[in-house]
Amino acid sequence: MASIDMKNIVKQYGDGFPAVNDVSIDVQDGEFMILVGPSGCGKSTLLRMIVGLEDITSGDMMIGDKRVNDLAPRDRNLAMVFQNYALYPHLTVYENIAFPLRLAKAPDAEVDEKVRAASKTLELDEHLERKPGNLSGGQRQRVAMGRAIVREADAFLFDEPLSNLDAKLRGQMRTEISRLQKRLGITTVYVTHDQTEAMTLGDRVAVLKRGVLQQLATPRELYENPGNLFVAGFIGSPPMNFLPATVEGTSVKLPFGTVELPREKAEKAAGKGLLMAGIRPEHFEDASVKTEKASGSTFTAKVEVVEWLGNETYAYIPFEAPPEVEEQLRQLERDLDGESLHTQLVVSLDGASRITEGEEAEIWVDGSKMHLFDPATGENLTVDHEHAGRIPSATEGAPA
Amino acid sequence: MATTSRATRNVVGTWVGFVIILVWCLLPVVWILSLSFKGSGETAAGSPHFLPQDWTLQNYRDILGIGSVTPGQETTNNDFLDALRNSFGIAIIATLLSVVFATLAAYAIARLEFKGKRLVLSLALAIAMFPVVALVGPLFDLWRTLHLFNTWPGLIIPYMSFTLPLAIWTLSAFFREIPWEMEQAAQVDGATSWQAFRKVIVPLAAPGVFTAAILTFFFAWNEFVLAISLTSTTDSRTVPAQLSFFVGPDPFNPPYGLLATASVVVTVPIIIIVLLFQRKIVAGLTSGAVKG
Repeated sequence: MASIDMKNIVKQYGDGFPAVNDVSIDVQDGEFMILVGPSGCGKSTLLRMIVGLEDITSGDMMIGDKRVNDLAPRDRNLAMVFQNYALYPHLTVYENIAFPLRLAKAPDAEVDEKVRAASKTLELDEHLERKPGNLSGGQRQRVAMGRAIVREADAFLFDEPLSNLDAKLRGQMRTEISRLQKRLGITTVYVTHDQTEAMTLGDRVAVLKRGVLQQLATPRELYENPGNLFVAGFIGSPPMNFLPATVEGTSVKLPFGTVELPREKAEKAAGKGLLMAGIRPEHFEDASVKTEKASGSTFTAKVEVVEWLGNETYAYIPFEAPPEVEEQLRQLERDLDGESLHTQLVVSLDGASRITEGEEAEIWVDGSKMHLFDPATGENLTVDHEHAGRIPSATEGAPA
Repeated sequence: MATTSRATRNVVGTWVGFVIILVWCLLPVVWILSLSFKGSGETAAGSPHFLPQDWTLQNYRDILGIGSVTPGQETTNNDFLDALRNSFGIAIIATLLSVVFATLAAYAIARLEFKGKRLVLSLALAIAMFPVVALVGPLFDLWRTLHLFNTWPGLIIPYMSFTLPLAIWTLSAFFREIPWEMEQAAQVDGATSWQAFRKVIVPLAAPGVFTAAILTFFFAWNEFVLAISLTSTTDSRTVPAQLSFFVGPDPFNPPYGLLATASVVVTVPIIIIVLLFQRKIVAGLTSGAVKG
């Protein structure tokens, strides 16, 4: 058991491209830390630097209180589960799990005891004599985890371990990993691009974009207080809506109408000209369904598409954005690996809503949950720093 | 009905094809086998029969020196047994060395980025393309100077050199197929680079190693030009070269029976090796290593 402390980690490739740029993350002893971000954000590179499969260009990698920058992977005492499991196909499941112990020259009795214990935990008992080639995806996944847990390593590292499984199995294995980590109480760093995994598994989540740490916070903090446009757009499904907005006093002018804003939020955003308002889909409601409308505002808009899911309804409302906002939105889409063709508002309504396609509907919106972003820097002007974890660019000055 | 008759025709056609190919390929082999069981009188006859009229093991006795040997053939059997020993020794040593060197070289080529990698590969290929005959003269002179003429190393070195390129190419293709993660996983599990190579990479590349070994062994076992040019006595002469010295007492009447028998005897080890190793040369050993 040990904490992992990354201090100003930089990874620069031969061509000078920084895959990871000045990232500092402290993983507490026993904590489940998630590294999340779209493809190419440097999350896997960071993980591989922890385990020692990539060189660190600069910065300090501390495991416990030992600097491990120059240690070979085998000397770091970490266990890793690879994306494609990397099982040894010529060895049986038993020998696969026993492999690290055999390398450590453990006596046979000890090997047997530990392998049996691991296989019991992972319910692999009846597969011990089989070869990995004859196992299903989920079973291989468990063998890979077995190989990690026999080690008594200082920390577990997972590199997108569930991305090769089908949706149902993924859900089961997710719970399994969570249970295992809680039981063993072992420090864990988990890389994923799946925000469901990030939100459900992590004690804390580090959101990365193009090698730069965007925000390091608990899942709830990320969701309720995103530090910038990128985090806001990345966390949440369907994603947060971004609308051009101008603040006048305590009211915000949106393409559909004017929404009242709490005073403290309005003050933070006053006099900044054109802004971007971020509102999550669930903070809208069909005005005819919403019974108490104490704190919100209402507006009418033409609904283009309606998707009824039973428990809720998604309604899509197109809008025109001014060029500078549109440009920013397109850039955001690219950052998020997305491909959105036109600017539209996605609102999540109650399943009881009877709004139909093409209808002019009256929509209620909760202005108090709105965030306002600076379109130039993407910074969240209304963020509550008390409950937003760590936002490097806002609190520590913009990185170079 | 039409479909069944077409299916039958397909099956019949396939088998007819098989039989033609088998006869084409195996007829000479069967002829040699049949010759090896004929007595000397029968091979010298004007119009020979395909099958021996009078089955005899005398040729085998003569060539291997077992039991009663035909008078005048005593030296033949000694020479042949010496040549057989040379063939085995030289081919096995050349194969071992070639495979060991090729494994190490191919691993470096597949895994490391270094300057001149393409050059090494193309040079290796160029060596494989080089006609052996062109080297006989220079090698003869060189070996005489270095006192390697008519020795085992004198044949082992060129055999190894000529088979290395092919072995390197085969093995580096195999190594490239093995996912990097295998090795990285081994390193994270606590293996040194050498342990990862020995315990994970080499077992996974086993089909490639066996393929390379068999190709090398065949080359060394069958090679004739160097074997005849770089040797002078049975101290190092291999079987293919030794066969050309089977002339018998009458220059117009070569001992066909003995030649055929010798051919059969040298073919048997090859067949046994292929049968032994073909189980090892199974593709898809890596299946199940990564996602499926």
